[in-house]
Amino acid sequence: MSRTGDSKFGDYGGQYVPEVLMPAIEELTDAYVRYVLDNEDGFMDEFRERLRDFGGRPTPLQRADALSDRYDREVYLKREDLVHGGAHKLNNALGQVLLAKYMGKERIVAETGAGQHGTATAMACAHLGIDCEIYMGRTDINRQRPNVFRMRIHDAEVNPVDVGSGTLKEAINETMRDWATNVEDTHYVIGSVVGPHPFPKMVRDFQAVISEEAREQIREKAGRLPDSVVACAGGGSNTMGAFHEFVGDEDVSLVAVEAGGSGLTIDEDAGLAPHSASLSSGEEGVLHGARTKLLQNRDGQILESHSVSAGLDYSGVGPELAYLADEGRVTPANVGDDAALEAFHRLSKLEGIIPALESSHALAYLEKVADDGASTGDAPSATSEVAEDLGDLVIVNVSGRGDKDLDTVIEESEKRDIDAAPAMEVFENGQ
Amino acid sequence: MGSDIEAAFEDGPALVPYVVAGDPDLDATKEYVEALARGGADVIELGLPFSEPIADGPTIQNAIRRALDAGTTPRNYLEFVAELDVDVPIVCMTYYNLIYQFGEEEGVEPFVEAGAEAGLSGLIVPDLPVEESDPLREACDEHGLDLVFIVAPTTTDERLDRITSQASGFVYVQARLGTTGAQADVSEATHESLARLADSTVPKAVGFGVSEREHAREIVGAGADGVVAGSVFVDIIAEGESVADRLEAKARELKAGALEGTDQKVPEPERT
Ligand SMILES: Cc1ncc(COP(=O)(O)O)c(C=O)c1O
Repeated sequence: MSRTGDSKFGDYGGQYVPEVLMPAIEELTDAYVRYVLDNEDGFMDEFRERLRDFGGRPTPLQRADALSDRYDREVYLKREDLVHGGAHKLNNALGQVLLAKYMGKERIVAETGAGQHGTATAMACAHLGIDCEIYMGRTDINRQRPNVFRMRIHDAEVNPVDVGSGTLKEAINETMRDWATNVEDTHYVIGSVVGPHPFPKMVRDFQAVISEEAREQIREKAGRLPDSVVACAGGGSNTMGAFHEFVGDEDVSLVAVEAGGSGLTIDEDAGLAPHSASLSSGEEGVLHGARTKLLQNRDGQILESHSVSAGLDYSGVGPELAYLADEGRVTPANVGDDAALEAFHRLSKLEGIIPALESSHALAYLEKVADDGASTGDAPSATSEVAEDLGDLVIVNVSGRGDKDLDTVIEESEKRDIDAAPAMEVFENGQ
Repeated sequence: MGSDIEAAFEDGPALVPYVVAGDPDLDATKEYVEALARGGADVIELGLPFSEPIADGPTIQNAIRRALDAGTTPRNYLEFVAELDVDVPIVCMTYYNLIYQFGEEEGVEPFVEAGAEAGLSGLIVPDLPVEESDPLREACDEHGLDLVFIVAPTTTDERLDRITSQASGFVYVQARLGTTGAQADVSEATHESLARLADSTVPKAVGFGVSEREHAREIVGAGADGVVAGSVFVDIIAEGESVADRLEAKARELKAGALEGTDQKVPEPERT
């Protein structure tokens, strides 16, 4: 099958799914080629127009003055927090829901971690008038309640998943089961550059609008390409979106910042990794339809991951990122929970922007570089003790806004004694 | 041709029960496997538990959780198989990652070699479609294991040809959309799939939802060479009372149903 017949990135990727889903995946691959790559029936034109008028694109590339002073280099922020819904997730959700309509599907299912993808999908479904059902782990429901309500507002069903640690991995399993049961009329809108081919390529193509815009915008504003682009990576959809158009620019370094959680050690007996750094420290394996880097024990059982940010709390990563990291084109890095919380407060205070806890990881990496890898609260990096030099001109992708995270941030900042957090005691008890 | 799995389908309709190894522990599984063999099992599918069983429904998911909690690993699974003393071919049902991670280095060969040595007769890997199966099939060919493929109600004719040309041991006909789990009836999809597979030289066994004598009879009556049943046995194990006896009785019941189906097939081959 033409250009996308290759389902792999090197050895990564592929299609490891139950037979019952394979015909749907072939049908989707066919639709991807026709509508997305060949713009049949003007699909991509409609997608771009809706991204603009409904989604609020293009998003600004803003010079961050205070951060530029602080780090003594030019720091630009790609403001995906300003996309309708508050995160980059809409770029992909809108693309896939529209594609499902072109394919004549009647029902959408999706998984969600932080709830941003679920919200974006519910929103796109309301916008385009199609039924929507979302699976979300119980732990994530508890830490992202505002997003659960937002999905419900858009008339989506939200199904709690109680298995395992009740996070993104379990939600994906459950959505795949629903898809396998209802595959004839249902499309699975997967939320990141993960899963079986064609999802990793298709989601990347929908997210590539981030780097298409950023590349043009930085040329306009700074007169040249950046020295580096920094983005957080859970599955890696904002990462690949922010990187894609720069991959060919060999002089632009690309840094994928993962959640270092509370440290990079692994408790094999408990089946737990206190982090989500699969790109930095995972091993090759097969999960959720693709061969990629995974957090797993020696037997191949998948470990539960951890991050203070629900959207990064996943035991795998997109296969293309795994490939680009192996090739040396993408540099994996990680920062810990505490450093991310510090960065959350720092951006809110210094720039008047409340970043998502996910995006806060990318922002925390700037601080890590400034401290030459020795900053407190960092998980020790598996790949490099000393952080990569980012150069004089840096773009950081602010993948989403942090309103959804306020409950978590209040609780965790207090628990961990985060320096930058505002003191709230005097306001307590509602007096 | 001529594998011990295919041989097990030769004398009338085969019963292929499934249980998860290590649910609730490996000592119990030994007892259960022996009970199933006494009840008339012709091939036994022994699940090797994986933490992300996407093709399984709640019943088997929970069994897998119990087996993992009891410390079941690929290594003690294979030791267990090597020590089993039943006169029934054992097929390992598991997910790809466990097979891939088994050796010192990533790759499928070490698991297949160790599996053959332990006495496994075949593998079923529900997250491995034919497209990705070359390395595993080559290793299985080399070590004399059958690689069983699944045909789903959604499988197109083109895919059906691809699958039957690669299958060995038996073709696993998935009776309905969705995941494993006991059901109340036999779906229309089963009849259609069996009709489409009528020319296949590899035996056809139907599973996903089979739980009663009546189902087994209908499935074999519709042209299947065997019946796969899992969740119904796993439910008995989960209930935990007189498990071995009840497994044996359930196996007997399903086997009897399958035999009735054969009788039905002769006078009335063209069902309407
Ligand atoms: C704001 C935000 N950023 C980043 C992510 C991580 O996802 P990905 O790595 O696929 O971009 C999420 C996921 O929910 C998110 O909500």
